[in-house]
Amino acid sequence: MNVKKKEHEPLFSAKNLKLLKDPLSINNPITVQVLGICSALAVTAKLKPAIVMSISVMVVLAASNVVISLLRNGIPPRIRIIVQLVVIATMVILVDQVLKAFVYDISKQLSVFVGLIITNCIIMGRLEAFAMGNKPWPAFLDGIGNSLGYGIILIIVAFFRELFGSGTILGLQIVPKGFYDFGYENNGLMILPPMALITVGVIIWVQRNRNKELIEER
Amino acid sequence: MQEIFNIFIKSIFIDNMVFAYFLGMCSYLAVSKTVDTSFGLGLAVTFVLGITVPVDYLLNEYVLKAGALAWLDPEFADVDLSFLSFILFIAIIASMVQLVEMVVEKFSPALYASLGIFLPLIAVNCAILGGSLFMQERDYQSLAQATSFGLGSGVGFFLAIVGIAAIREKIRYSNVPPALRRLGITFIITGLMGIAFMSFLGIKL
Repeated sequence: MNVKKKEHEPLFSAKNLKLLKDPLSINNPITVQVLGICSALAVTAKLKPAIVMSISVMVVLAASNVVISLLRNGIPPRIRIIVQLVVIATMVILVDQVLKAFVYDISKQLSVFVGLIITNCIIMGRLEAFAMGNKPWPAFLDGIGNSLGYGIILIIVAFFRELFGSGTILGLQIVPKGFYDFGYENNGLMILPPMALITVGVIIWVQRNRNKELIEER
Repeated sequence: MQEIFNIFIKSIFIDNMVFAYFLGMCSYLAVSKTVDTSFGLGLAVTFVLGITVPVDYLLNEYVLKAGALAWLDPEFADVDLSFLSFILFIAIIASMVQLVEMVVEKFSPALYASLGIFLPLIAVNCAILGGSLFMQERDYQSLAQATSFGLGSGVGFFLAIVGIAAIREKIRYSNVPPALRRLGITFIITGLMGIAFMSFLGIKL
């Protein structure tokens, strides 16, 4: 540690790193905090929209965490929900316009789910629980960490659904042609909405088996 | 008339908010522990959807759409404000929820007692904003169609949440693998219910 800057906390102190790492496993926004499921499941039939969605959420969450954290001492508590919604909605409009301008076809596939980032509970939840009481830099890290935790689940689900559902990854054919000649067929069920729920259920199962302290009482 | 009825049935069963689009999942998972509370939330969501979707429809039709401002002045005929729709829809929803809460509290204390705690929750329920955004995307032709879409989606959500709550009340007595308890098993049951609801896809309307 730097001796001269002793009164300053280093940018990546243990506490700050914890903010980044915890949401990836033991405090995952989807499988443990149960936030933001709505948009998570609908965009995971293919890997590409899932990645775009994770990046959009990351931008919105990190930016609005920082903005709310900067404003935190000036927001009257009674109207904080409205203020938070306005900040989030502004960020989402920016992201939506950028998506429409640069990746129009994916923006069409994501349809209303870009707009639904506004009501994504992860964002409201983090603003309320973290950004309202912390400085901008930890709030930024918290935003990045939580959206990484969100993105990782999205990408795992989308990976398996695309692999088994269409035999491709990011649009590239992965399952060899020979398999199809032997009678292998893509599992059409994986593309359909209900399988997203079951895949997440299985991820929760695996994660809780490895982390016994997450198991709930009946 | 028949078209309106078709939209109603379609939004309940075929395009069910929960099973086909995963909207309102957060409150669906959090409030479905007992049938009583989920009944209250389901009613509140239906109520609010039935109000906000038509209001947002009028807003979209007369303010936001490309050329929608033409009624004000022919000069505005090429103004397109649709990029503002997210922020205006959420503002309408938040204020409508507040308004509904006050009206219900004034005129029907009994209903307020059963819905009361859920109403503020609803402002950030994805199903409500999702209803308005789908209404905008699908371009409904009249106010009546938009209203029946809003009510139908609400009833669909109501059916889903009451159904899962009833199943969860029963499953408390069964021997679920420890790691799947509560959250995991709820996801899997919802998936199975979704597969069951897919059988309605065969209905041609």
